[in-house]
Amino acid sequence: MKNKANVRHFFVHLILLAGVGIMVFPFIWMVLTSFKSVGEAMQIPPTIFPKQFLTDAYAQIVSALPFARVYLNTIISTVVTTVVQVSFCSMAAYGFARIDFPFKNIIFVIILSVLMVPGQIFLIPQYLIIQKMGLLDTIPALFIPNLFSAFGTFLLRQFFMSLPKELEEAALLDGCNRFQIFGKIMLPLIKPGIVSLVIFTAKFAWNDFMWPLIVNTSPKMMTLGPALSTLQGQYTTKYPMQMAGAVMAVIPIIVLFFIFQKQFIEGVAQSGIKG
Amino acid sequence: MTGGKVKTTVPKKKATSRQKKDWFAAYVFIAPVTIGLLVFYIWPFIQNVWFSFNDVNKFNVSTFVGLQNYIEMFQDKEVWRTFGNTLKYVIITVPVGLFLSICIAALMNSKIKGTSIYRTLYFLPSVTMAAAVSMVWKWIYNEKMGILNSAIRALGGEGHGWLTDPKTALYCIMIVGLWMTVGYNMIILLAGMQGISKSYYEAAAIDGAGPFAQFFKITIPMLSPTIFFVMITSIISGFQVFDVIYMMVGKTNPAYESTQTVVMLFYRKAFDYGYKGYAAAISIFIFAIIMLITVFQLIGQKKWVNYD
Repeated sequence: MKNKANVRHFFVHLILLAGVGIMVFPFIWMVLTSFKSVGEAMQIPPTIFPKQFLTDAYAQIVSALPFARVYLNTIISTVVTTVVQVSFCSMAAYGFARIDFPFKNIIFVIILSVLMVPGQIFLIPQYLIIQKMGLLDTIPALFIPNLFSAFGTFLLRQFFMSLPKELEEAALLDGCNRFQIFGKIMLPLIKPGIVSLVIFTAKFAWNDFMWPLIVNTSPKMMTLGPALSTLQGQYTTKYPMQMAGAVMAVIPIIVLFFIFQKQFIEGVAQSGIKG
Repeated sequence: MTGGKVKTTVPKKKATSRQKKDWFAAYVFIAPVTIGLLVFYIWPFIQNVWFSFNDVNKFNVSTFVGLQNYIEMFQDKEVWRTFGNTLKYVIITVPVGLFLSICIAALMNSKIKGTSIYRTLYFLPSVTMAAAVSMVWKWIYNEKMGILNSAIRALGGEGHGWLTDPKTALYCIMIVGLWMTVGYNMIILLAGMQGISKSYYEAAAIDGAGPFAQFFKITIPMLSPTIFFVMITSIISGFQVFDVIYMMVGKTNPAYESTQTVVMLFYRKAFDYGYKGYAAAISIFIFAIIMLITVFQLIGQKKWVNYD
């Protein structure tokens, strides 16, 4: 009986490990290629491990593109988007979840309606607004529309609604105003929700592609995604360089993911249960 | 959606001063998001609808043309071709993705060791930048020097231009799309499976149901709300694939035509060629299709989704 279960577990592991191979191989291949010389990368048949671990591709990529600048742009855009969006969303979420005020339902339904619409619908007018503000090819263009999120407001509202009413009532009786209650009592209580939204937003902002591609076209103002596309177009056959760029682009999120994997995965796991 | 309805009480009598303070506070709290969404989303939505009835030229001067963009759109072969490609992408990746992620989730749910490591590694592709991993996949698929063809040749086969052959390119893109999303959906499904009460399985085991019978008679029906959720989100995101195709198939690629999706066409028309009015009409078309499918799904779910 025990033996039978062991055999079954062995096969389950075998299948899952094969899947892991497929999931992880592209990352391994990306790293291995990035340390090869151009000649070695294009060699037929290919070598698996670089004969010599060369860092030339990394040196080249930094000088070929304004790579440091692109990196900095991506960091600024991600940090500003995340901090501002999460602050705005938590404020609005608190207002909608915990206070009664005139026109609340109508305003909330209007906000929710944004969630139903695919993003392309907004792109042309958003682009024209940024253009009118004279902000094309600037850093603010990268993050302005992303500072406001219907999804984040909705998500955090769910967390605020699950808190008991008594907490607030006691504080109100003690003479706290709404802003104190929000900052000192309620916000700390929805920390798991804030963490989920921070992770979701940071990942989204870092990996975002279409919007930065549209608004910022000069190489100095790009973010990593569109810059990789430029790199691929300019250095078509310099695979180690392309892979070095890809490695640099995915590393920060992968590091964050390994540190906060529990939070990353739980946030997603809950989305199906709550939705 | 949890929570249910929120009661708004707007008293007929004059509001008390505490209520007024509360209202003021509430409006301060919701102001940034509400104003931001109005300016950057809701107003653009209305403008976009208006643009779709206009001819918007390069200098963004628009002239009203009525339904002309829509008429042109429905006669445009490119629109139907890209729509066909998108549909093919969705019809294949959604069921295959669901099947794979349910299978993996079921295997993970079978009381084995090391599930947390598996979870992490399967989830990894979905957190990384699509643009970056697309470059790697393009390199893997490379006809002359790619590792895939090298492996095939080493096994005695012949190489193939995976991404340049119009017959295979879209399927290769689907594989990348599946690779990026299977782990993500698996996590959601696994959480759903772990929420099913053990007592059902114990009762079934007493009645003599084997693992397969248990899977089809208990797991799948109990999981149907989660499956439904994953299906809807996969269809919606499937209709909007962009990054991977943009990175993997250039304009000079012979497989260009057979891989372009509606969102790609929208992007090209609006931002490469500057036909913003026409592109606006295309975006409305995408919206309508997604809405239509969602409504069908919501009606259909009553038949097979088991909420209790």
